[in-house]
Amino acid sequence: MNCRSEVLEVSVEGRQVEEAMLAVLHTVLLHRSTGKFHYKKEGTYSIGTVGTQDVDCDFIDFTYVRVSSEELDRALRKVVGEFRDALRNSGSDGLGQMSLEFYQKKKSRWPFSDECIPWEVWTVKVHVVALATEQERQICREKVGEKLCEKITNIVEVMNRHEYLPKMPTQSEVDNVFDTGLRDVQPYLYKISFQITDALGSSVTTTMRRLIKDTLAL
Amino acid sequence: METDLNSQDRKDLDKFIKFFALKTVQVIVQARLGEKICTRSSSSPTGSDWFNLAIKDIPEVTHEAKKALAGQLPAVGRSMCVEISLKTSEGDSMELEIWCLEMNEKCDKEIKVSYAVYNRLSLLLKSLLAITRVTPAYRLSRKQGHEYVILYRIYFGEVQLNGLGEGFQTVRVGTVGTPVGTITLSCAYRINLAFMSTRHFERTPPIMGIIIDHFVDRPYPSSSPMHPCNYRTAGEDTGVTYPSVEDSQEVCTTSFSTSPPSQCVFTVTKAHFQTPTPVVTDTLRVPMAGLAFSHQLSSSRLSCQPAALGVGSADLGCPAVFAAGLNTTHPYQLMVPGKEGGVPLAPNQPAHGAQAGDQERLTTYTPSDGAHCAATPSSSEDTETVSNSSEGRASPHDVLETIFVRKVGAFVNKPINQVTLTSLDIPFAMFAAKNLELEDVDPMVNPPDSPETTSPLQGSLHSDGSSGGSSGNTQDDFVMIDFKPAFSKDDILPMDLGTFYREFQNPPQLSSLSIDIGAQSMAEDLDSLPEKLAVHEKNVREFDAFVETLQ
Repeated sequence: MNCRSEVLEVSVEGRQVEEAMLAVLHTVLLHRSTGKFHYKKEGTYSIGTVGTQDVDCDFIDFTYVRVSSEELDRALRKVVGEFRDALRNSGSDGLGQMSLEFYQKKKSRWPFSDECIPWEVWTVKVHVVALATEQERQICREKVGEKLCEKITNIVEVMNRHEYLPKMPTQSEVDNVFDTGLRDVQPYLYKISFQITDALGSSVTTTMRRLIKDTLAL
Repeated sequence: METDLNSQDRKDLDKFIKFFALKTVQVIVQARLGEKICTRSSSSPTGSDWFNLAIKDIPEVTHEAKKALAGQLPAVGRSMCVEISLKTSEGDSMELEIWCLEMNEKCDKEIKVSYAVYNRLSLLLKSLLAITRVTPAYRLSRKQGHEYVILYRIYFGEVQLNGLGEGFQTVRVGTVGTPVGTITLSCAYRINLAFMSTRHFERTPPIMGIIIDHFVDRPYPSSSPMHPCNYRTAGEDTGVTYPSVEDSQEVCTTSFSTSPPSQCVFTVTKAHFQTPTPVVTDTLRVPMAGLAFSHQLSSSRLSCQPAALGVGSADLGCPAVFAAGLNTTHPYQLMVPGKEGGVPLAPNQPAHGAQAGDQERLTTYTPSDGAHCAATPSSSEDTETVSNSSEGRASPHDVLETIFVRKVGAFVNKPINQVTLTSLDIPFAMFAAKNLELEDVDPMVNPPDSPETTSPLQGSLHSDGSSGGSSGNTQDDFVMIDFKPAFSKDDILPMDLGTFYREFQNPPQLSSLSIDIGAQSMAEDLDSLPEKLAVHEKNVREFDAFVETLQ
């Protein structure tokens, strides 16, 4: 099975990086999260309810919808914050990308560790621009808002192709497909990483991998 | 075709489509209320959350949607549509969006109704949540209030896109294949909001222009009333209660089986229960935008235009329909004929001036908020020209030449004592020593070519094209240091901080501090004062003119 890969690109001002990334990541995770599964006898299960909430951006004329889960929001904000700091410290060019990868775990026999098989990867490439005047910033607010609207439309289009999704797992397999660590929602297993590139396009400083949920333990 | 589907599956599918349609309407209308929506996740299934999504049910909206459906389901040629329109406080209205839930004939026989279709419908609702925040009408609806309100209307039948103006765009939210057809959810939205902003700039009186296509007879006059998408409460409406659902409210207990995944047991229990008290704490205003009739929502068309659109003449039209409407089941929906829309409008402002101010706010918001529309470039240009012109008119076009002593800058080998510039190149040239000889000396620099700088202050701050030449010449003996002031970038536009700083770093020497004049004694100074005063008095008119330009 091939891993589906989608790439999005945005050009934003420095202070818009965080909100733009959160908007995209939350929109993807909204579509890739379900309610908590409650397994019952006889192999049936019921699904909890996913709430949603609107988030207004401060630096962009844009509002996005995210899953109502503080834990998930915190996790995303943490990694996006790290990405933003890395971008800021990297230099003037401000090129970087974040990857949101959905994967399945495949149990292997000892002594081999479990395999992580990605089935969908979303890559968001960010180009940070520097603006000189307030007027440019105001125009940028609007333009980036429009661009994000296009990105959201693109994401929704991909989501509704109804391509491969992991099968609904049995109770014993649920941790191989879903992240069951959150209290109120259950996204598919995912990991987020980012890297900063210089103007030449090569990975310069360090490729930093941040594993948000790493339940592998050998 | 339908024999392939067993009866239980068929029933389930019909139920899913019905509740999907109801939830779709809820999501759309709630997204146009003008407020941020927030619902909580719940790890335990409550049984009443269809599609595992916490979407509140506004009773009025459910009621309207059910009335529109009238027991039918979206099918080929019969679409459920939610029309979102904007209505100004002056009665003009404009369609903004049409959301369509359609069914086509393309069937997916293989799909499992109780599992895949259900989950895909859930995904489609999530997509709808995301897309409703992305169309231009969302930003408009967030700013609704006194100047305008957002209305919704639900109808069933053929999709009517004529009211969206030219060049409307379509976004597809998604599709779900079912054994009986493919459900498609899409939105057609107006992009030509330009009339609102450009008309503002054109007009002088504070009267909103009339929408051109407003008076065009619609081929399919709307057959349902418009409702506002907001929650401004009015005391008298608190008594309104909606009847609980006529048919049994079906509780969706989602119980899925995993053994094996292909065999799914989906149980839906029917239960009668009262419609719970509205989740929304505010009570809804009962809308009926100028219409006093309810309707038989079917594909039958009425012969007149609804007054909801604010067409003045139509307020008096359709008396027959009014009469028919009076017999309908919702007497509380009667409005005083002629009353505007039943929407929470601010009372008409007493002064046109105030109205103009509000309208101006509205229209100046529109380009920035409706940033998706083509109006944005033109309106922002307008703003720019306005601001540029206001700056540009500030000063006289006179070119004055003067001689002054320039302070020697750093890193200079050879001092320059005198520099003559046109006044357009130096700051505060008017304040330079006017008592010195004003002779026509050849300027050391060329006057600025572009842009049309008319104020001395502004002229001096224009870099590159204008003072680039001048600064190059006058500062021949200066070593150019790449000066990067804090919080500033290289010159992209004139009036950059760096340029400003550079210019003001070298102010002209005060003549009273120059050596020549300083050599004179105090007595001589005092003696020469009356002469100087006389000279200044002669030029008082020029000084006054300059002072005026600064205001």
